[in-house]
Amino acid sequence: MSEPKKISTMDRVNVGLAARYRKERRFRLFGLSAIVASLMFLVLLLGSIVAKGYTAFRQTEILLDIHFDPAVLDVNNLATANYAALVRDAVLALFPEVDSRQDKRLLAKLASTGAAYTVQAMVLAKPELIGSTRAIWVLADDEVDMFVKGHIPRDVPEAERRVNDQQVVWIDQLIASSRLEQKFNTTFFEAGDSREPELAGIRGAAMGSMFTLIVTLLLSFPIGVAAAVYLEEFAPKNRWTDLIEVNINNLAAIPSIVFGLLGLAVFLNFMNLPRSASLVGGLVLTLMTLPTIIIASRASLKSVPPSIREAALGVGASKMQTISHHILPLAMPGMMTGAIIGMARALGETAPLLMIGMVAFIVDVPHGFNDPATVLPVQIYLWADSPERAFVERTSAAIMVLLLLLLTMNAAAVFLRNKFERRW
Amino acid sequence: MQKFALSLAAASMLVVSATAAQAADGRDYISVVGSSTVYPFTTAVAEQFGKSTKFKTPKIESTGTGGGMKLFCAGVGTTHPDITNASRRMKTSEMETCQKNGVTEVVEIKVGYDGIVVANSKKAGALQLSRKELFMALAKQVPSPAGGDTLVANPYKTWKDINSALPDTKIEVLGPPPTSGTRDAFVELVMDEGCSEFASIKALKKSDEKQFKAVCQTIREDGAYVEAGENDNLIVQKLDANPKSLGIFGFSFLDQNNDKIQGSVIDGQAPTFENIASGKYVVSRPLYIYVKKAHAGVIPGMNEYLAEFTNERAWGENGYLAEKGLIPMPKEERKTFAADAKALKPVVLK
Repeated sequence: MSEPKKISTMDRVNVGLAARYRKERRFRLFGLSAIVASLMFLVLLLGSIVAKGYTAFRQTEILLDIHFDPAVLDVNNLATANYAALVRDAVLALFPEVDSRQDKRLLAKLASTGAAYTVQAMVLAKPELIGSTRAIWVLADDEVDMFVKGHIPRDVPEAERRVNDQQVVWIDQLIASSRLEQKFNTTFFEAGDSREPELAGIRGAAMGSMFTLIVTLLLSFPIGVAAAVYLEEFAPKNRWTDLIEVNINNLAAIPSIVFGLLGLAVFLNFMNLPRSASLVGGLVLTLMTLPTIIIASRASLKSVPPSIREAALGVGASKMQTISHHILPLAMPGMMTGAIIGMARALGETAPLLMIGMVAFIVDVPHGFNDPATVLPVQIYLWADSPERAFVERTSAAIMVLLLLLLTMNAAAVFLRNKFERRW
Repeated sequence: MQKFALSLAAASMLVVSATAAQAADGRDYISVVGSSTVYPFTTAVAEQFGKSTKFKTPKIESTGTGGGMKLFCAGVGTTHPDITNASRRMKTSEMETCQKNGVTEVVEIKVGYDGIVVANSKKAGALQLSRKELFMALAKQVPSPAGGDTLVANPYKTWKDINSALPDTKIEVLGPPPTSGTRDAFVELVMDEGCSEFASIKALKKSDEKQFKAVCQTIREDGAYVEAGENDNLIVQKLDANPKSLGIFGFSFLDQNNDKIQGSVIDGQAPTFENIASGKYVVSRPLYIYVKKAHAGVIPGMNEYLAEFTNERAWGENGYLAEKGLIPMPKEERKTFAADAKALKPVVLK
């Protein structure tokens, strides 16, 4: 039996100290690498979206000398005149030496079919243009656009390109004479959906998103706050209240498609509301965001110190006065933050909208709650599924717009919280 | 605070009541549902129609052929769609549902053909395949390579195992999931035909059709066939990244990505526009639209929309639908269906 060597506590600590520091460093390193990894993924994601999409904000246009031919434009019937012929003649006039029928067809294809609508709008706005010749920038075809931007490679064999050698020569000549340029893509922000990529825009989807969110906000915020106030301030503590509480927490975690199915059954089949309308979309998303708002509102009601309640009651305020004069105003920033986060989630939803027919091709920009509408994420999904190559960059551009909106909403939530939140 | 809450509540009530009142009114635009394969063509016509006439642009939902039929046959009235797109013919069972729900007269219009291609990246060589080889590569059970009639779990790992003329690369095919109409058509046009080339399985068709279907239509699940989702663009991107794999999708995606991918030759014919139009390329299917006759004249613009669809400048050989990848029908057939559309002749399914 040997006596255990006597070591002081300090010695023991010193022996293990290096190992402890190592452990701590390792732990810190793990945390740091997790952050770095997630940041890298984020940068990769954003980088690939921006790299693919930034070109969509520029659009190739061609300068044409359009002759508003009185022979084509019948003053009495301006709505149905053959505007496409005016555009065609103007394009052909750029290269008078082209004479074969085949080449003429190829040449005419350089301008977008949308050019005719531009000319039509001009004439309808100013009929006195008829007879004159004006130089106008019109949209180029999406394939010309893709070629100019380098998305259709120049160095592959002709058969593998959707722009043939002859068209390449024309495009180069037009660029040399500065009749073909990239300009800011206003169509992208002003138009609804289209099957021609150069005519497609996000206005329709953005308006649809707006109408849907208005309905969602107007319904879910008051109902959510009312529910939270009742549960927090009035409801007796018993089994029923607990049951409701558990259910609300559960609802917040339910997959959103379930709300879509519910919406289909209740709003469309039972209440006979119109399919594809942003009203119904808003109602469905209300169901989805309600739990989020109720939970956030209750949390912010809870964070109001009881001393404020008691003080108000103590000076003789009624329960109602206590709530509406003191507690609600103090809890409002937290409730608004909850509402904005709920709205941001609703803005990014597609699954529940699938069931109620909002995943659809809609050209006309919606003007009301009952017009058929689609929303931004659905527009992204539809474009991502389109064969035309020019939709690739538009998909990414639409994602950028959506991300920007989400970022703005989240920033607003943070701002509201920082500005109005009170700490006790 | 109170005022704010009150005004918010008042505003929300206003919105709900105003819209509910509006909702009772009829619909003044055409509503189309159905196949995602026909969607690119129907939308092109709808847009043209909306821009060149005084009518509103039709609303087109992509619900899949089966889902479209279900909505279409649910009843007559403005809450139900007017037209459904289909990448196959209407089934008699679907017709019965229609009849039961009061949709008695349905006009069938064939609009053209769509080719299904098996393609790979240009970085690898083009393949020459037969339907039998495709069946052998993709079926779950195949006749034993040792000979005889017994079925064994698919033993083929590389294309070379199937035919020594094919490259020595692993079999990897990206294709649509079972919910897709493209998958249905591929199974019917390639797998069924391919497996019928084995005498033993062909005999099965007469004796036990259920078993025949199970053998021919079950796709292997050991990783050689990868379900890549409904997004064909995704498949094209994956093919570009992985030159060893093959993809199955609609012709229009091959047409748009000629610089990146190439279609495999099937049974001696390359998937070109001309070959599909002439019927030489075997993996092609007709596309249809079905129109509710009761809605013509009720929903504004129905007749005009059909006129636009069946116009030569739309579905003709040089029409804008051909530009989008639709393979036009022969001239005679176009004439017949255009006449049917004009007369709104109800279809009788045999």
